[in-house]
Amino acid sequence: MSFHLILFLVFAAICGAGAINLLAQRHPINSALSLIAVMGALAGEYLLLGAEFVAAVQVIVYAGAIMVLFVFVIMLLNAGEEEETKGSRVAFLFGIPGMLIAGLLVAWIMLRHSLTAAVPIGALPGPPAEIAQLLFHNFLLPFEVTSVLILIAIMGAVVLASKPEPRAGKVE
Amino acid sequence: MSLPLSIFVIVSVIKSVVVLFVLLTSVAYTVWLERKVVGHMQNRWGPSRVGPFGLLQPAADGLKFLFKEDLTPPHVYKPLFLAAPMIAVIFALTSIAVVPFGNFVTVDGYSIPLQITDVNIGLLLILGVTSLGVYGVALAGWSSNNKYSLLGGLRASAQMVSYEIALGLSLVGVLIQSGTFSLRSIVDAQAGHFWGFIPRWNIFHGQIIGFFVYLVAAYAETNRIPFDLPEAETELVAGYHTEYSAMKFAMFFMAEYANMITVACVATLLFFGGWHGPLFGPAVLQAILPVFWFAVRVFCFLFLYIWVRGTLPRFRYDQLMSFGWKFLLPVAIANLVGTAIAVAW
Repeated sequence: MSFHLILFLVFAAICGAGAINLLAQRHPINSALSLIAVMGALAGEYLLLGAEFVAAVQVIVYAGAIMVLFVFVIMLLNAGEEEETKGSRVAFLFGIPGMLIAGLLVAWIMLRHSLTAAVPIGALPGPPAEIAQLLFHNFLLPFEVTSVLILIAIMGAVVLASKPEPRAGKVE
Repeated sequence: MSLPLSIFVIVSVIKSVVVLFVLLTSVAYTVWLERKVVGHMQNRWGPSRVGPFGLLQPAADGLKFLFKEDLTPPHVYKPLFLAAPMIAVIFALTSIAVVPFGNFVTVDGYSIPLQITDVNIGLLLILGVTSLGVYGVALAGWSSNNKYSLLGGLRASAQMVSYEIALGLSLVGVLIQSGTFSLRSIVDAQAGHFWGFIPRWNIFHGQIIGFFVYLVAAYAETNRIPFDLPEAETELVAGYHTEYSAMKFAMFFMAEYANMITVACVATLLFFGGWHGPLFGPAVLQAILPVFWFAVRVFCFLFLYIWVRGTLPRFRYDQLMSFGWKFLLPVAIANLVGTAIAVAW
């Protein structure tokens, strides 16, 4: 077993353990920190696959910006421990088996019917220049459409946040 | 890699140990420098009792921190209360790994770069690691279970997320000009002179606005005066580290000064030509001089930090936010667009 593979499995184990811990923890801040660990481990996996740029962006955007906002909101609302429920029966009867079947199906399709069974390390674009070439040349239209989509989402958030509550029955 | 694996490992270990030792010593003596310089600016002596010019003061302080009682107040959330100072220090020390501080040195036929590791996303790595440093401050504030700490932590995370954007955008101008993320290549692109006497540093190469935006945003990122609202003592006792004592408090202190040094290194590398400078004398001197020029520039930035601290008052919080979003960010974007047009021309 090569050193790369061992590291890959270690990061995968951290990733899985973090994801399970995220669900198992009862305090929101512990869940948020588990999610950060998952993001960090994912960045490690990208790095091992030779995608340095994606790894760095994963850390900067997800762990460094989005999760900071999560933690910020948890701190600001001073969210306490969650209450435990017995769980829903629908989830036990249909949800969990359905998820297992869907996961196995996806894994089977990816293993059996994918055109490139395993891509060797370095065959996919890793350096920033090649990713820039892909994003701003080959896939320019999807990229710009996505940015417009995000812009619309931002505008929606601003509208929702800035609209004053209409107060019924109050005459100014 | 021209080095065999065994030699590569030995060289890397030696480099890591030396760089870490130099970094921690510089952290200790930056604290001494700050106390001394601010002291003289305020017409007092600063540390003067321990050793000549108070030079042994950092050692005395370190011992004092180690021997103090390590208090953990009741009602704190213990796991995070313990983890927060570690997170702050780890991420503050990590980013030095990709900072190059000199050219190649040839030892026994092997050419060794004066840098722990040269990755082709060096700058992104520094940005990523420093953006994780905010968790140390935020979690310290939250886990202390104290209103002052919580407010300090909230202020710190809001401030750092806001100024990170201007900081990142201010660096993009340099990246467009040099066309790489590797810090070594960015420095190499700044070799030479304009008209034979002005050094070809990026600050003289159209990035002067970018430099000032970077400087201001970096001061905010490191929570230094005039942006030290997370620990504003007149409002928040000591902000996020109010409940910390002994070595845990010292770790926040170390993280702050290590971050200052990283900021100074990045400014030197990106805007002031890194280690480029006049080379003369025998071969040994020629090998040492680049490191010396680099250290001189970093020292100037640290001195500037202290100078600003001794000069400026603190912002009000609303001023801080509107300055960051309504002034610094548009200027950074304008600089980026201007650079892009100039390069495309």
